[in-house]
Amino acid sequence: MSNAPSTAAEPLAWLRQRSRWSVFEIVFWLATLLPFYFFPTYLNLASQVAIAALFAVSVDLVLGYAGIVTLGHAMFFGLGAYTAALISQAGWSEPLTGLVLSAAFVGLVGYVVSFLIVRVQHLALIMVTLGLGLLTYELANAMTWLTGGTDGLRLPRTWPVLGYFKFDLWGFTSYGYALAILLAGFLISRRIVNSAFGLALRGVRENVRRMPAIGSEHRAHLRKIYAISAALAGVAGAILTHTTSTVALDVLSFERSADVVVMLILGGTGRLYGAILGAIIFLVAQDQLAGINPQYWYFWIGLLLMVVVLFLPNGILGGLERLVRGRHD
Amino acid sequence: MTEPMLETRGLTKRFGSLEVARDVSIVLPRGARHALIGPNGAGKTTLINLITGQLKPDAGQILLAGEDVTNLATTARVRRGLTRTFQINTLFPDLTPIEAVTLAVCERDGVAGQFWRSLAAHEAAIEESYTILRELSLADVATRRTRTLAYGQQRLLEIALALATRPRVLLLDEPAAGVPKDESAMLFEVVAGLPDDISVLFIEHDMSIVFTFATRIIVLVAGGVLVEAEPDAIRSDPRVREVYLGHGHNG
Repeated sequence: MSNAPSTAAEPLAWLRQRSRWSVFEIVFWLATLLPFYFFPTYLNLASQVAIAALFAVSVDLVLGYAGIVTLGHAMFFGLGAYTAALISQAGWSEPLTGLVLSAAFVGLVGYVVSFLIVRVQHLALIMVTLGLGLLTYELANAMTWLTGGTDGLRLPRTWPVLGYFKFDLWGFTSYGYALAILLAGFLISRRIVNSAFGLALRGVRENVRRMPAIGSEHRAHLRKIYAISAALAGVAGAILTHTTSTVALDVLSFERSADVVVMLILGGTGRLYGAILGAIIFLVAQDQLAGINPQYWYFWIGLLLMVVVLFLPNGILGGLERLVRGRHD
Repeated sequence: MTEPMLETRGLTKRFGSLEVARDVSIVLPRGARHALIGPNGAGKTTLINLITGQLKPDAGQILLAGEDVTNLATTARVRRGLTRTFQINTLFPDLTPIEAVTLAVCERDGVAGQFWRSLAAHEAAIEESYTILRELSLADVATRRTRTLAYGQQRLLEIALALATRPRVLLLDEPAAGVPKDESAMLFEVVAGLPDDISVLFIEHDMSIVFTFATRIIVLVAGGVLVEAEPDAIRSDPRVREVYLGHGHNG
């Protein structure tokens, strides 16, 4: 028919290349070690960034890849935080098992909730996620005997990571711990988005109407990724509990749900690194701007958000990618 | 006539008082190349929607190779080999053709839920997708985003996606819709060149194409089958001429 090569070597190479590690990625992950040496006074901020980044990656999986818009993902973050807290309160403050148990519980909740989520779309979807988030918040608020209500819970110090790395005041262990789990969560997410399943999610995002016509049980895909995303968000919440030894209602707040979406939009959706970059920009900006004027810092975030949405539709990372690719051509 | 691959029995669908499908009974034998024609609003696309499960009939049955699929969801019908294409491109704009077709192959093979294996590890699926793309002259653009493809290429990709499901029955809803006349003949060469064991029902408005490529023609008017016959019989049928071909058209 055409004079194209008769083997699939070329498209196969192209597909492989898409999931290959780039030099930028390696440099980026090496750079995450810099705070240990150059900003030791900012390690607690750095661990907050790592936690937010993992949370944003979990949202990217559903929002950026599968196209499920959510304004209630703090529900899973908060449930993870409280699960870790309750386990710790019960006398078991070992972090890694705490993470696994939190992930399992929140993943299960996510899976149950997903049956509702996949039934709705567009505005109704946003409202359902928002509603579920508010519901969880008020439940936690009312169940004072379990959650400590507005006072929150103070916990015994988390046991050393791997029985060796003690949590210190400076945040060396906190950041190392949060960073290691972020990397693990990122590697899992990276594998997911580069798999056949990840392709199916992009298919849902690109044209959900076509999916049944190619024989796809796309709702099963969505339920699966929603549960995975919930589990990752739960892990992020659990790290927060482990590193701060406290938990308060704000882990479930609407603001947290909205902030993580803002981070994702700033960095760029559907590219994982956008989520991480967005978390860095958001929290560093918050830290710096709040130092100048603690009341009005959201003004600048709002401005930045508008500039990005108007001029960089694929987020800051999307803009950078275009810059780099433009230079290559 | 050989064994029927697709059969509808008394399919009926109403939207309020409007009857969009009226007691439609058609049979598609194995390897058929049947055309579905009729004036605008005759209910051609509606019939395809009913057969593939986007719409639920109020009455009647749909049989695929003898199996009653009337109550199955679209996905389940596709998995049994009953696939359609769309009149208006229903593609994945940001995916490349190789990705889109590989996705359809993976769904068919039931491996699209595997998140622990890299996509590139599904080599057989990728090979098969590339073969499909090559047969449809899309190999050169296999790694370009769908949204950047020429319109005619997107129409071909519609068919490629359907072929990836390995259909036994293929329903083509105006495969050449919006394609210039000279290109649409090319598109139908592709349709004519499909494997013999696929039964094809296509909707098309261009009569010269219909008479060239169809072995049998079903004429739909106001939701009901007016007549079903060989092209020659249709050509000379006064009723068809009256409602569809208009005056002075001799085909």
